[in-house]
Amino acid sequence: MGDELNTNETTEGGISEAARRTAYWKANIKLLAKLLAVWFVVSFGFGILLADWLNQFTLFGFKVGFWFAQQGSIYVFVALIFIYAHRMRQLDREFGVED
Amino acid sequence: MDAQSLTYLFVGLSFTLYIGIAVWSRVASTKEFYVAGGHVHPVLNGMATAADWMSAASFISMAGLIAFLGYDGSVYLMGWTGGYVLLALLLAPYLRKYGKFTVPEFIGDRYYSDAARLVAVVCLIFISFTYVGGQMRGVGIVFSRFLEVDINHGVIIGMAIVFVYAVLGGMKGITYTQVAQYCVLIFAYTVPAIFISLLITGNAVPQLGLGAEVVGGSGLTVLEKLDSALIELGFTAYTEGTKSTIDVFAITAALMVGTAGLPHVIVRFFTVPKVSDARISAGWALVFIAILYTTAPAVGAFARINFIEEVNETSYEATPEWFKNWEELGLIAWRDKNGDGVIQYRSGPPFEGKPTFDGQERGEDGARTLLNPNTSNANEVYVDRDIMVLANPEIAKLPDWVIALVAAGSLAAALSTAAGLLLVISSAVSHDLLKKTWMPNISDAQELRAARIAAALAIAVAGYLGINPPGFVAQVVAFAFGLAASSLFPAILMGIFSKKMNKEGAIAGMVSGLAFTFIYILYFKFVSPELNTAEYWWFGISPEGIGTLGMAVNFAVALTVDRFTPAPPEHIQHMVDDIRVPSGAGAGHSH
Repeated sequence: MGDELNTNETTEGGISEAARRTAYWKANIKLLAKLLAVWFVVSFGFGILLADWLNQFTLFGFKVGFWFAQQGSIYVFVALIFIYAHRMRQLDREFGVED
Repeated sequence: MDAQSLTYLFVGLSFTLYIGIAVWSRVASTKEFYVAGGHVHPVLNGMATAADWMSAASFISMAGLIAFLGYDGSVYLMGWTGGYVLLALLLAPYLRKYGKFTVPEFIGDRYYSDAARLVAVVCLIFISFTYVGGQMRGVGIVFSRFLEVDINHGVIIGMAIVFVYAVLGGMKGITYTQVAQYCVLIFAYTVPAIFISLLITGNAVPQLGLGAEVVGGSGLTVLEKLDSALIELGFTAYTEGTKSTIDVFAITAALMVGTAGLPHVIVRFFTVPKVSDARISAGWALVFIAILYTTAPAVGAFARINFIEEVNETSYEATPEWFKNWEELGLIAWRDKNGDGVIQYRSGPPFEGKPTFDGQERGEDGARTLLNPNTSNANEVYVDRDIMVLANPEIAKLPDWVIALVAAGSLAAALSTAAGLLLVISSAVSHDLLKKTWMPNISDAQELRAARIAAALAIAVAGYLGINPPGFVAQVVAFAFGLAASSLFPAILMGIFSKKMNKEGAIAGMVSGLAFTFIYILYFKFVSPELNTAEYWWFGISPEGIGTLGMAVNFAVALTVDRFTPAPPEHIQHMVDDIRVPSGAGAGHSH
């Protein structure tokens, strides 16, 4: 996919430029949706809605639901942002729209 | 040296550092004043964002809140960190690409409307002032407790310091002082936490200590010990909450979305050179924030254990020094309700309202005499949640220099946040109101002068709010987050992710979301506080969480109005196309 788009870049026609941007935006939305799903599951899911049920299990001295609410979700948030920043750099390059 | 001289030394050194940075980073153009010229390194910006974000509330109050709320305190931990994911994924890169100076500027341009810009300015000023009053108050409290300076004088000293570096250096001065302030505050927060974790669990990492066994051979972990001790004293278990699930859900969501919509946080991402820097910088910001936010629950749990062990079933005479010190300031109080001569710490308020003392009168047991009417439960101790972090080094018998460090750290936290807030207020006035609305012809030098005057005036108002706090300081935090969540966040989000959203929809959405949230909070907090219980709340959502519903109202109204009004002009749709791709960001920031 990347090669095909890069050849478009050399011609720089108005339509191919627009198509490239649309494809880039779609790829971005897809990535966003996946990462935000994880964001929702670890905090609102594990930390709140399922916390009582998860609390029957313990891991390293923590009840699992409690751990997600006060520790785990925060670690996952950090990881999500770095994954996003990294994947977006790749997408920027792939679609030739880097800054 | 005693604790007080050390505190003077540490605070004095840190203030000298901030002033030095201010003098070094004087600015000469509006671009430097508003966005530090747009070339702050992403990691440094992350650090500055962390200091900007972590206020007196995060540093001083949060661990204490968690200590007394247990699981329910999770709403702050997840709420005040999860917002950065929204910020990094949904807002920051696109706003950086847009490349202007303020949040109202984006809203005004995107919705091709001065009215939209004005609504955004009003939201911004209201949100920022509610927030900044609390910071100045925090400065005053630290001065009075550790330096024995009158609270009002403390506020004035704080104002003077912020004045120097915000007015001289604008965003550039603020950015580099915030980097220094982050270092001071994180050191001051983690050092006592490590000591206490070692004392209680033998593990030097507080995040692991929270799950470790308590030293002393009982074989119980910290959380098991807290759960059983609290149940025995008539509380709910530490790891289980008392709030309803829907309320915990709504509060967490309102805090997350509100965080992402706070103007003083958003503008920090205007200061980095590139779009990709804005993304990675948000990641660094959250790393630096997470260091404190994952330590706080450990500090809270340790503090609660220490508190129970040192205070419960002890006679007043045998209580440690800190107990009497904080009683002196009226933040701890004890009344021997059952007359057995020892302190019982149980669930429920010990007497009605906040403690009112009978002057300096003391009873036979030595404690200060209280005038409040008794409650019927067995609890005898009143303790203000805010003291836990400040008292922690004393409770854990740490050396004097640690106490001095904590004082310098809390001042750093309060001053850095105050400065960030004051900057967005002043740029909203000088840039969005003067330059963009009323006097479009003023030169850059005139605008810069206006920005400095606006910053000075904002500092004066903030100081006034710190010295004469409106009686509802604690309640207004609900306002700041609720209003940011229900007004600014949806407007910015739709401005980026929907090309078809028009000015009619955005303005109607902001106004209705804002009005809904404002009225709900006003009603339960000020008009009928006696009805502020779950049975009267809509869907069981407290005023703290109502921003979530306000956001839903905003989206619903905006999308409906948008359907029946004309689509935005062609050039606006092109502008949206353009902010969605990073290329060409170098051309941003040009006016």
